[in-house]
Amino acid sequence: MTGPAILLLLAGLGAIAWVSARARAMRLQAVARTTGRRDAVHSLPGYHGWYVALWTLLPAALFLVVWANVAPSLVTQAVLADPAAQALPLDDFSRSAILGEARAIATGMQAGAFNPASQALVEPYARALDKFGLAGAILALVLAFAGGAYAFTRIRPDFRARTRVERLVMALLLVASLLAIVTTVGIVASLLWESFRFFSMVNPIDFLFGTKWSPQSAAMGYGNEDAFGAIPLFWGTIFIGAIIAMIVAIPLGLMSAVYLTQYASPTVRRWMKPTLEMLAGVPTVVYGYFAALTIAPALRDFAVMMGISGASSESALAAGLVMGVMIIPFVSSMADDSIAAVPQSMRDGSLAMGATTSETIKRVLIPAALPGVVGGVLLAVSRAIGETMIVVMAAGLAANLTLNPFSSVTTVTTQIVQLLTGDQEFDSAKTLAAFALGLVLFIITLLLNIVALRVVKKYREAYE
Amino acid sequence: MTQDQINLAIANPKMSARDVNVFYGEKQAIKRVSIDVDMDNVTAFIGPSGCGKSTFLRTLNRMNDTVASARVEGEITLDGEDIYATSMDVVQLRARVGMVFQKPNPFPKSIYENIAYGPRIHGLAASKADMDVVVEKSLRRAGLWEEVKDRLHDSGTALSGGQQQRLCIGRAIAVEPEVILMDEPCSALDPIATAKIEELIHELRGRYAIVIVTHNMQQAARVSQRTAFFHLGELVEYGVTSDIFTNPRQERTKDYITGRYG
Repeated sequence: MTGPAILLLLAGLGAIAWVSARARAMRLQAVARTTGRRDAVHSLPGYHGWYVALWTLLPAALFLVVWANVAPSLVTQAVLADPAAQALPLDDFSRSAILGEARAIATGMQAGAFNPASQALVEPYARALDKFGLAGAILALVLAFAGGAYAFTRIRPDFRARTRVERLVMALLLVASLLAIVTTVGIVASLLWESFRFFSMVNPIDFLFGTKWSPQSAAMGYGNEDAFGAIPLFWGTIFIGAIIAMIVAIPLGLMSAVYLTQYASPTVRRWMKPTLEMLAGVPTVVYGYFAALTIAPALRDFAVMMGISGASSESALAAGLVMGVMIIPFVSSMADDSIAAVPQSMRDGSLAMGATTSETIKRVLIPAALPGVVGGVLLAVSRAIGETMIVVMAAGLAANLTLNPFSSVTTVTTQIVQLLTGDQEFDSAKTLAAFALGLVLFIITLLLNIVALRVVKKYREAYE
Repeated sequence: MTQDQINLAIANPKMSARDVNVFYGEKQAIKRVSIDVDMDNVTAFIGPSGCGKSTFLRTLNRMNDTVASARVEGEITLDGEDIYATSMDVVQLRARVGMVFQKPNPFPKSIYENIAYGPRIHGLAASKADMDVVVEKSLRRAGLWEEVKDRLHDSGTALSGGQQQRLCIGRAIAVEPEVILMDEPCSALDPIATAKIEELIHELRGRYAIVIVTHNMQQAARVSQRTAFFHLGELVEYGVTSDIFTNPRQERTKDYITGRYG
């Protein structure tokens, strides 16, 4: 029996459980009414319905999740126990290749076998699949029935179905929120594991402080020494994300926030703020080709005209400028919030002393809003150094350690993309380097976020 | 009885208003108010909540300009000069007519910087030494010097509520205003802090024209020599404080004084 059919069947059972439990509870309620006691039935019929339906569905669903993970290995074992499997070669690699092919044919994903050895296993495979599929379906249905029946027998006037449903709903919500956390932990764990493997091949000191980055030479067999110095990458990342982009984003974001909060009329603000925030909604790949096709060539021509050496058609400046524009809404909306959070009485106090609006902004509002603005900027930096698309398209691949904004530099994210795209073997230092880079990036952005949130929080408390 | 008959005549008014109307959008908050404020006396504005006394106070230094929907009609003069004339520089006006707010609102800066704020933006002190003199003088006048002289560089927001309010008064004094407007300056303070502020108002009298809005009739009786009673946006009665409280000429004033409504 196929998966979707089982799920449909279970859903049907759940619906039946809901309807019948509700009907039974209603009958009980009617009986209780005739005795004249209002409180005779604790929960509304709907809650009884949900209680029984959940008891029907949840155990069966849990079982199916477990089964889906266990069944494939049971199937494989059954196939291997088959006499036809005696002829299989002994080494793991060819074994799993043959088994894989047999499975693909048995499930109909592949029409015929390339390897005659697989053909013999197709039939046992199909048989085992059928057997375990059917077993799983029957077990799930039995569980659904058992759960439903158990819950159904508990329907009594004084049964607190309402409280039970509440508890189940809470458990469901808890599971939903845990899933996100578990995923994050899983990602971090895999990053740590792969990085650990990388650092067993390459000295962490060489990686963190080396100045020469050429993973390709390591891949071609020149050894891991001197190939994985990530300083040029870190520098490129900081140069583009934390320096050039911020030189663009901080003043523009701050000034637009000041204009929007202090000078703009309500009508202007109503139009301009969403428009500005739309910048944050532009896909980064669009910024990327804007940077690569429009800004970068223009900058190169400008640099050549000015006689600046090292000008390249992919440049730190192009990527940084466009990234700065992309970051403006982050800075401006954080600055906007923190300026708006400065109490009106501060502003009034300053204006009543005869200060002009701009004096008030400069001497009272900005200093008071500064921690919030700093927090916003740190968040923006963390966003900028994790940004990938723009730098992949506009910054280039050459790991230059340079101060010249017109020359090409590369960033951590660009290199990760570079190391992992295409066909790669997953046990070489070259590929694993991507995980080590990812780990460093993760740690930096995590620290930035923690600091930023603390700064923002501390400042929020100041006025409350 | 027309308004003029219950309105106090003042020979040399520091500020005077004639037929002032204030609108917030469509709503009229102040109706044809005419009043004179003089230099030598403290003037109290009293009246029930929402009667427009604070709104009227804020027209005297054009703080209502910061409210987009507010519109002021009529004439208000400072030393005979129309403050709503286009030639009037609002920034200069506010330097001459200072204001103290309901809730103490020191800037999140040091005590010193709070006082130095005004003199600095108006260029009143040429050097650091000058500024020190201005700060000390202002804090002394605000009755705060002895309490804070050893911690001038601590934050102004760390002071107690009453001290903060005296800091705000000192801040207003530091720009050498001619008029000080106080909008319920004690409503957020405890009785002891209130007593200190009232004492301070007595000391400042004569040096500045002081207008104080208050909820508290006893306070008006204690600190002021002239009292104006506002009700529903109108100036009902304006006179010598003792007359207003012992011998009100208007029925509405009497009802308010005796606690019929409030």
